[in-house]
Amino acid sequence: MVEPVLSLRNLSVEIPTRHGIVKPVDGVSYDIGAGEILGVVGESGAGKSMAGNAVIGLLNPPAHIAAGEIWLKGSRIDNLTGEAMRRLRGKEIGMVFQDPLTSLNPLLRIGDQLVETMLTHLDISQSDAEKRAVSALEEVGIPGAAERVNSYPHEFSGGMRQRVVIALALCAEPSLIIADEPTTALDVSVQAQIIALLRRLCRERGTAVMLITHDMGVIAEATDRMAVMYAGRLAELGPVRDVLSHPQHPYTHGLMASTPLASAGKSRLHQIPGAMPRLDSVPEGCAFNPRCPYTTEKCRQAPAPRPESTSAACWYPLAREKAS
Amino acid sequence: MLAFIIRRIGQSILVLLIVGLVAFSMFNFVGDPIDNMLGQERTAEDIERLRIQLGLDQPFPVQYFKFLQEAVQGNFGVSYRQGRPVAEILLERAPATLELAAVSGILAIIFGIALGVFTAIRRNGVLANIVMSASLIGVSLPTFLIGILLIYVFSVELGWLPSFGRGDVVDLGWWRTGFLTESGLKALILPSITLGLYQMTLIMRLVRSEMLEVLRQDYIRFARARGLKDRAVNFRHALKNTMVPVITVIGLQLGAIIAFAIITETVFQWPGVGLLFINAIQFVDIPVMAAYLMLISVMFVGINLAVDILYFFIDPRLRADRAGGH
Amino acid sequence: MSEIPVPVRPKSRLRIALESDVFFSFRRSPVAVASAVVVLILVLSAVFAPLIATSNPFDPASLNLMNGFTPPMQPNAFTGETFLLGTDDQGRDVYSTILYGMRISLFVGAAAVAFAMVLGITLGLISGYVGGWTETIIMRTADVQLTFPSILVAMLIFGIAKGVTPVEYRDQMAIWVLILAIGLSDWVQFARVVRGATLVEKNKEYVQAARLIGRTPGAIMLRHILPNVLSPVLVIATISLALAIIAEATLSFLGVGAPPTQPSLGTLIRIGQGFLFSGEWWILFFPAVTLLALALSVNLLGDWLRDALNPRLR
Repeated sequence: MVEPVLSLRNLSVEIPTRHGIVKPVDGVSYDIGAGEILGVVGESGAGKSMAGNAVIGLLNPPAHIAAGEIWLKGSRIDNLTGEAMRRLRGKEIGMVFQDPLTSLNPLLRIGDQLVETMLTHLDISQSDAEKRAVSALEEVGIPGAAERVNSYPHEFSGGMRQRVVIALALCAEPSLIIADEPTTALDVSVQAQIIALLRRLCRERGTAVMLITHDMGVIAEATDRMAVMYAGRLAELGPVRDVLSHPQHPYTHGLMASTPLASAGKSRLHQIPGAMPRLDSVPEGCAFNPRCPYTTEKCRQAPAPRPESTSAACWYPLAREKAS
Repeated sequence: MLAFIIRRIGQSILVLLIVGLVAFSMFNFVGDPIDNMLGQERTAEDIERLRIQLGLDQPFPVQYFKFLQEAVQGNFGVSYRQGRPVAEILLERAPATLELAAVSGILAIIFGIALGVFTAIRRNGVLANIVMSASLIGVSLPTFLIGILLIYVFSVELGWLPSFGRGDVVDLGWWRTGFLTESGLKALILPSITLGLYQMTLIMRLVRSEMLEVLRQDYIRFARARGLKDRAVNFRHALKNTMVPVITVIGLQLGAIIAFAIITETVFQWPGVGLLFINAIQFVDIPVMAAYLMLISVMFVGINLAVDILYFFIDPRLRADRAGGH
Repeated sequence: MSEIPVPVRPKSRLRIALESDVFFSFRRSPVAVASAVVVLILVLSAVFAPLIATSNPFDPASLNLMNGFTPPMQPNAFTGETFLLGTDDQGRDVYSTILYGMRISLFVGAAAVAFAMVLGITLGLISGYVGGWTETIIMRTADVQLTFPSILVAMLIFGIAKGVTPVEYRDQMAIWVLILAIGLSDWVQFARVVRGATLVEKNKEYVQAARLIGRTPGAIMLRHILPNVLSPVLVIATISLALAIIAEATLSFLGVGAPPTQPSLGTLIRIGQGFLFSGEWWILFFPAVTLLALALSVNLLGDWLRDALNPRLR
């Protein structure tokens, strides 16, 4: 079996607060292979970004990894020192943030930001780095890259800036990209372009991508597999097509039914009753039990089984027979 | 950009006109200038003659305009107390204040920025916390107490440094400097620390809070996510962005240093314009007060203007926005 | 009085803060508690100065020049009297002069801040609510004044006021002139904050509703808008108090403040500085320490209050 690029094993992140410990990520496991795009979906606060931050080692204290392991290309990285982790960031793991308007340093030319990043990780000369900065911009589709390297971030539009951000994240050729809501802050017309760009570059280079989003459209369009998160836990994991067409977890099912794209043709959107629990008051048993139409006594007492490669974290997964 | 600068210059002139109006009103309404100039023995003709001579019979706007005309030429009248032209006294005293202010300002900026960056980066460090607590005492400590404390330790107890005056000065013809003699330099140490300390703590606290704000920004997270070294993140990315808002305040602090020199000069009997101003208030020497007000306003307004223009060279966004309009 | 239904006004920020985190963070902050205790002790001893002072140092009848320059806790060579903190050149008990001096310092500081607060809130409300030319004039004046350090503005106002006051009333009026000068130098901050908040609040629905049912602008400003700005005003007032106390001390130290007939802590330090070289350190030392304790504890209290009411910085 081919070794995955990224592998999370039972990862838990904890934040001690005045009211006790909260777990924004609670026992999450999944793999991402080379050239594969894993979509991570969930409501805000479900822990999807926190897991990404844990992987790249940028959890804001007092948040910290409390249990579990993170493996990158066969070596364990969750216990690395700060300096060793810094060397991995940018070099092995790239990250794309949500808002391109605030992710670029306004006072530095974008060329300088690219050169600086490459010189930090790659053993190349200043002039080589400058040349590669131009080609990096060409690759992400910025017209007139040779002149544009000397521009400041504010001289680009939002979509163009996100292309620059992607160029920066990819310039040292990492094997994993964490894209945290990369299109949320963009105009709808630009979103598809950015997703297509990300997809093309990663396919070409065999980069693994963790695509964090709450947008089902993006998931359907761009990803190979998807992970659904709910209250810090993994609710469902599987190939996109299977999960989208035949969700096994009642939460995923509700999520699909309440998304305009997935429920096209139906006259009214479905609503899941209630709201996701606050992280300091996650119910006993299955976290979804108060909102689930199929809840039994078992769901209220025992935490749902953790999903393996393709199943849902549910005692009573919805049947797949419709498909077969 | 040109339009912006012209607009700012326009505003500066407006401020100066208002200050001029205040100074002019002081001349005319605080005490009676005729009382001040003529002695006890005076006749109605004397008063009338002086009134015409001073232009007091003319309408208010005309008088104000004349006053401004004179002021621009550096003519601020005659000191009631010393009986000499105010401009002459000010010129004689200005080098002492400017030298003191320059040394204090440089000390405050260098140490203020360095300590501010240090306390921001080592936010939870023990030493940084000690510096922060000390700075709070520094802000609460009135300047004159710092001066007295320094005099007590270094002049009274240790006897190392002089407690008053400028020491020996060298006359360069138009400028009397204390930089060229040993006693002049020694005399400068305590006053410049006294004057610079407060500004230093202010700059330090400001740099710290601005830097902490910048360190929270997305582009700093993104810089870290690209694996840049801490040094590059802190100094190349964070410090540069911190300096944009800090520069305004530093500019204003430089102006404040000249004003606060009044206190330091009084503690150390430093023969500058600040001491002159305090004496003028004590003896209600209106021409000196008015002239000092005008002088310091020109400095403040000039510094503000310079700071605004400096902005363009630091922040490319401003350059583009303004240039785009023309 | 009949109650007219008005859309529910949001709870003022001050109320919310007081109910939730402020007292919690107060109890948790030893610095804040210690500062509050020091401030309380100093204020009480200033208020009750006539009761706890050993003598009224400004009653010439109680003075004995023979007692001059008595060091602390040592019997005087001529009279054999002992003084807790020693005496000054005129035989005045330093402990008592400090108590009386602190009274003046605190009175001037508090009165100046109160004056600045009333002036600033009024002008801020008016300029925010009325707008137009009124606003332009008020806020431009504020901008121009803000260009200059407030201590300089205070000195200048003091100088002008002194010039206007007839010579024979100058000492008598000095305290009031001082309050006027410090207060006038410090209103801008209040006005800015209040104006900003007013601009935000005046377009909210409950203010519109109040206007529709015919409340007068004055009533709307006082009843509806003012409560919303109380917490920032409280922070500014506390910090301003520390600054005003220091400003008063500075002016008096420079000889352009409280006169020797009514000495504040600053005046006492000015007097004491003259004896620094001749070895009578206590005449300077004890007033200076008192001033420092006062300014520092008020400042720490203000600092803590600002952090507690401004959750963004936590």
